[in-house]
Amino acid sequence: MLSRTADHLYWMARYLERAETTGRLLEVGARNALLPDPSGGYRNDWEAVLQAKGTLEPFREKYGEPNQRNIETYMFFDADNPSSVLSCINAARENGRVVRTALTAPVWDALNGAYQELKQLQRIERSKLMTSELTDWTMRNCFLVKGCVQATQLRNDGYDFMGIGTAIERADNTARLIDVKYYVLLPSLSYVGSGLDQSQWALLLQSMTAQRAFNWTYTGEITAQKIAHLLILNRKFPRSLRSCVQWTCDHLDNIAENYQTGSRAQEAAHQLLDDLLNVTVDDIFDEGLHEFLGRFMARNAGLANTVQDVYLHGIPA
Amino acid sequence: MSAKQAPIFNEMMNGVDTRAAYQNLEQWYRSMPSELRSLKQSEAEDLFRRVGITFAVYGEGGDPERLIPFDMFPRVLTASEWRKLDRGIRQRAAALNAFLCDVYGRREIIRAGRIPEHLVTNNEAYEKAAIGFMPPGGVFSHIVGVDLVRTGPDQFYVLEDNCRTPSGVSYMLQNREIMMRMFPQLFMENRIAPVDGYAGLLKKTLGSVAPKKCQNEPNIVILTPGQFNSAYYEHSFLADLMGVELVEGQDLFVEGDFVWMKTTEGPKKVDVIYRRIDDSFLDPLCFRPDSMLGVPGLMNVYRSGGVTICSAPGAGVADDKAIYTYVPEMIRFYLGEEPVLENVPTWQCAKKDDCKYVLEHLPKLVVKEVHGSGGYGMLVGPKADKSTIEAFEAKIRAKPENYIAQPTLALSACPTFVEEGIAPRHVDLRPYCLVGEKIELVPGGLTRVALTEGSLVVNSSQGGGVKDTWVLAE
Repeated sequence: MLSRTADHLYWMARYLERAETTGRLLEVGARNALLPDPSGGYRNDWEAVLQAKGTLEPFREKYGEPNQRNIETYMFFDADNPSSVLSCINAARENGRVVRTALTAPVWDALNGAYQELKQLQRIERSKLMTSELTDWTMRNCFLVKGCVQATQLRNDGYDFMGIGTAIERADNTARLIDVKYYVLLPSLSYVGSGLDQSQWALLLQSMTAQRAFNWTYTGEITAQKIAHLLILNRKFPRSLRSCVQWTCDHLDNIAENYQTGSRAQEAAHQLLDDLLNVTVDDIFDEGLHEFLGRFMARNAGLANTVQDVYLHGIPA
Repeated sequence: MSAKQAPIFNEMMNGVDTRAAYQNLEQWYRSMPSELRSLKQSEAEDLFRRVGITFAVYGEGGDPERLIPFDMFPRVLTASEWRKLDRGIRQRAAALNAFLCDVYGRREIIRAGRIPEHLVTNNEAYEKAAIGFMPPGGVFSHIVGVDLVRTGPDQFYVLEDNCRTPSGVSYMLQNREIMMRMFPQLFMENRIAPVDGYAGLLKKTLGSVAPKKCQNEPNIVILTPGQFNSAYYEHSFLADLMGVELVEGQDLFVEGDFVWMKTTEGPKKVDVIYRRIDDSFLDPLCFRPDSMLGVPGLMNVYRSGGVTICSAPGAGVADDKAIYTYVPEMIRFYLGEEPVLENVPTWQCAKKDDCKYVLEHLPKLVVKEVHGSGGYGMLVGPKADKSTIEAFEAKIRAKPENYIAQPTLALSACPTFVEEGIAPRHVDLRPYCLVGEKIELVPGGLTRVALTEGSLVVNSSQGGGVKDTWVLAE
């Protein structure tokens, strides 16, 4: 397939995944603001939410102090915020529009439908929209597009490039989400039994729709080790780093088989996977969770660059 | 020639009687409650938007993705009406291609004195780089869009030919698709010739003119200026229907004797390029050096037979408004036949007598720029006020060879949905003729309709809409 087509498919998938993550963060932030703070008043986790997307500074410049309405507007509707739901959906749709011929009609329909609906949403007075409507809308539409991809796309290289985009973006997003809250998982700083750590952990799990997954997967009390295991190393959890890297590998393997030739990207992905397979939660805590995540994100980004170099830039051989 | 106003021909009505071809439709319209009608209308718009059938207008503010208004009332042509059009269009497409081969080759028609030399060689669209080159199959213009208007039961005129890259065929296909989806009953009650074979025929046509150097199944691509082009939707739609890659200039490069496209598996040879960009943008080494849309070195490969470009560079000289007048002459000269379809009588301001007549009768005439398109730079005499006419008069006097004039034809009208029900609105018709090893024509075309009462301008850029166009099966 055309390198440029593959590139657009890859970025379409990445932006879609990013929109979903922003939607999740918005949901968690809003929910958290409903909880009383042990030190009085209500909790305010919005700063952490913005940090997770690396957008705290630009937000402050535009809006000043974080308050819920502003943050919701910023995260959902603000075209100046590159990771707002609006920006991501528009970017995903624009990438999809350019390569419509590589998408099935249902996929395009779902993607374009989301874009059209979002334009309608923008016209509605902000005070008439509940935050939950916005987050539900985001999830529903992201799932719809992905569902259509799963149900209808031909399993060719285009499908694999979309899959790689999703997996690389999700790995990055999961690592970021954990990193923002890494301190609550550190045993040395844990306020065991204080209630604070418990609710912080719950928040982290919520942000990945993982509370029930956690309860089904682990028995006994909730510990930082178990949470870290679920989110980083557990193959069963669909947002864990391990799962994401596994998918990247699978898709690159498919492409290599299709093209009857391996690539540097495939090697790099397998190396990253091997490293995750050979590490334990204790190793991670020994190295330092923050350091581990930083290293992972850098390597994941490096892998993304290699994929681009090998397949998406179309350098004449 | 006289510019007398004739009564308007209503394609549905014969006096107070409904013509046979429209009787089912009239029944359909009468039995449709108005709520259903507005429901269907918004359903249609929704479909267009969801499918993304839009044309892009940038730089005017507002939504850059606009819908062309779709009128649900179909336009009907009977089998016998179509038979004549079919013959006439094929004839015209053949003559236009013969003319192109000739003017870039032996120039017989000029030597025979049937067309003045300066009209051809001084023409901006006459491409020096194409002189002496015979494209595969002797075809320059692979897709010929013939714009037709009707003034009476048996009277069709050719308004202009489009030999470069006529657009709009995606609307012909989608209008039908949407009508079939919304009103399947109509298609059971009327026997309507299908148009959906177009994409297959287009692919076959393009494949049939692959260069000799191409040994295997030809790799066909559509070359688009990109997503910001107003017809981008159509480019991607056709690529999808044919199952070929939609490429931009940046996806192609020249190496050795061939053109290649950059793929995830490395370079892949390209054999046939259906280009939707203008000649001057094709190759910055040959034409405009500042063009970012084209492929450096493309023309060299083309001239050495490594790739076929459709339409061929230089094809535009055949659809110029000054050349248009000579198409009947071409038909006689190359085919030895009488033209089946008539031209609109045309005065060429370049000719002294014609110019004098035009300047004396401006309020009754339509004046067009020789190289203009899209309904811009046009004077519709009967609709213009005095100052506009005077301004145009000055322009014609300053550069007479830039203008042609035609009588204001009483364009036929078709029933069209309006606020209060239906009303006659002026229409034209553009069928798309495919020329490769064979000449192919699907029964139908794009009907454009001037939605404003009394308006004769059907261009989408100026408030025109589109209709599904039916050719009734025999």
